[in-house]
Amino acid sequence: MSGGDVSIIGAGLSRFGRQPGVSGREMAVQAIHAALADAGLTWPDVQVAFGGSDGAGLADTLVAELGLTGIPFTNVKNGCATGGSALVAAVNAIRSGAAEIALAVGFDKHPRGAFDPRPEDWGLPVGYGEAGLMVTTQFFAVKIARYLREHDLPASLLATIAAKAYRNGALNPNAWRREPMTEEQVAGAAMVNDPLTQYMFCSPGEGGAAVVVATPAVAKRLGARAVKLLAVAPRTRAFGTFEVFSPAIQGEGTPTSVSTVAARAAFEMAGVAPADIDVAQLQDTESGAELMHLAETGFCAHGEQEKWIAEGATEIGGRLPVNTDGGCIANGEPIGASGLRQVHEIVTQLRGEAGARQVPGNPRLGFTHVYGAPGISACAVLEA
Amino acid sequence: MTVETTVPEAPVLRGSRCADCGNVAFPEAAGCQRCGGTALSPLDLARRGTVWAHTVQRFAPKSPPYVPPAGGFAPFAVGYVELPDGVRVEAVLDAIDIDDPAELTGAVVTLVATEPVPRFATRQHQEAGR
Repeated sequence: MSGGDVSIIGAGLSRFGRQPGVSGREMAVQAIHAALADAGLTWPDVQVAFGGSDGAGLADTLVAELGLTGIPFTNVKNGCATGGSALVAAVNAIRSGAAEIALAVGFDKHPRGAFDPRPEDWGLPVGYGEAGLMVTTQFFAVKIARYLREHDLPASLLATIAAKAYRNGALNPNAWRREPMTEEQVAGAAMVNDPLTQYMFCSPGEGGAAVVVATPAVAKRLGARAVKLLAVAPRTRAFGTFEVFSPAIQGEGTPTSVSTVAARAAFEMAGVAPADIDVAQLQDTESGAELMHLAETGFCAHGEQEKWIAEGATEIGGRLPVNTDGGCIANGEPIGASGLRQVHEIVTQLRGEAGARQVPGNPRLGFTHVYGAPGISACAVLEA
Repeated sequence: MTVETTVPEAPVLRGSRCADCGNVAFPEAAGCQRCGGTALSPLDLARRGTVWAHTVQRFAPKSPPYVPPAGGFAPFAVGYVELPDGVRVEAVLDAIDIDDPAELTGAVVTLVATEPVPRFATRQHQEAGR
């Protein structure tokens, strides 16, 4: 990565899933203390911090609980890319020489049920709300319906992918959903938006995640179990993508994807190819998203997923284990936290500390991918 | 934005075309997403297109903002209609049988309403309504 190497020296999570009586800010503080303990540091060691939530408060107010050390603490609010954007800012602080130890934190605590966005916040006429089109799940369903048809893929893959998420979640002590679920249970659940059933979707959830980054010199001095961050690439959409809450898809032909652009940039920056990656975290807002993101990020060709999944390629122990911690489907989606939860899982896997869900064979290279509204993606490449 | 026409039986969607690159937008846009141009002229979009992709809304969306019809919520089809102007427009889709993929998938549909959102109907649905 240009501008100097950066190491991840600590990663921490709060519990994920419903925690009555625990605020999102409290989960953020728990995650920060976990990440600092992981790095062998305490809060006064942190020289600059970035973080945010979508709806659980301002990250810079956390200093009231962490300690008033006077450091710069910048709030980030970037939808599903909040964690990724906070990490990019922390990395840039290290690369610029502004700090030797920087922290990124993301957290959220969403109420039960679907998100209920307001059309006016998205620049849409109120009619879209009145008509029942301000429903995020419709977008995912339309996109995967078109994709399955275009690439002649069976809808049964959607249940297979979701069942893997619940199976991996059952191996992850910190996951929200820890009950395995069969493909039949997933496919037979209530239909939300065809072809997606209730159990193919992640649910808005609760949790906090934090990551500490540092210069390689500091990592060495601390004797930290450091993981190298070879690349991190955030992008917003280019012309011709298909996004949630779009009154129209502009342009002709197959829509492009911001995930493709961000992934390509991350691989290029890291100097590695998708085939070199040993373990990956791909945004799985629903199981169709994991299916499409496998190809959009360059791991397989469009339409090749059926063969990959039939071979067990994305299972723990497969050629490219995907969402080994159960992903968003098993951990829920606290919007601000998910991107850093992904990084935490890859750090854990590359250190060989993932316990029952550990990818065998000492994985050396890991990849993370977040995607969200209104057409943003951040990808990272990590090396043991 | 959509506009009401003076002929009730012939609703029309108002989009815009970029004078610099020709890109078509809906609703009418102030700036071009493709080239960043700001010289856009209003364009009445074609009233007939094909269903690009669709899904079915199986549960009642949250109210507010959703306003269910007088008879209460019933599942409805929603998707994108590809117009010959070079843009795909999100719309509610009227069909005799929203569960019959053969009626909606790739179907030719006609604009029947512009408010509160664009609404297109299949040939079968229109014929049944006559």
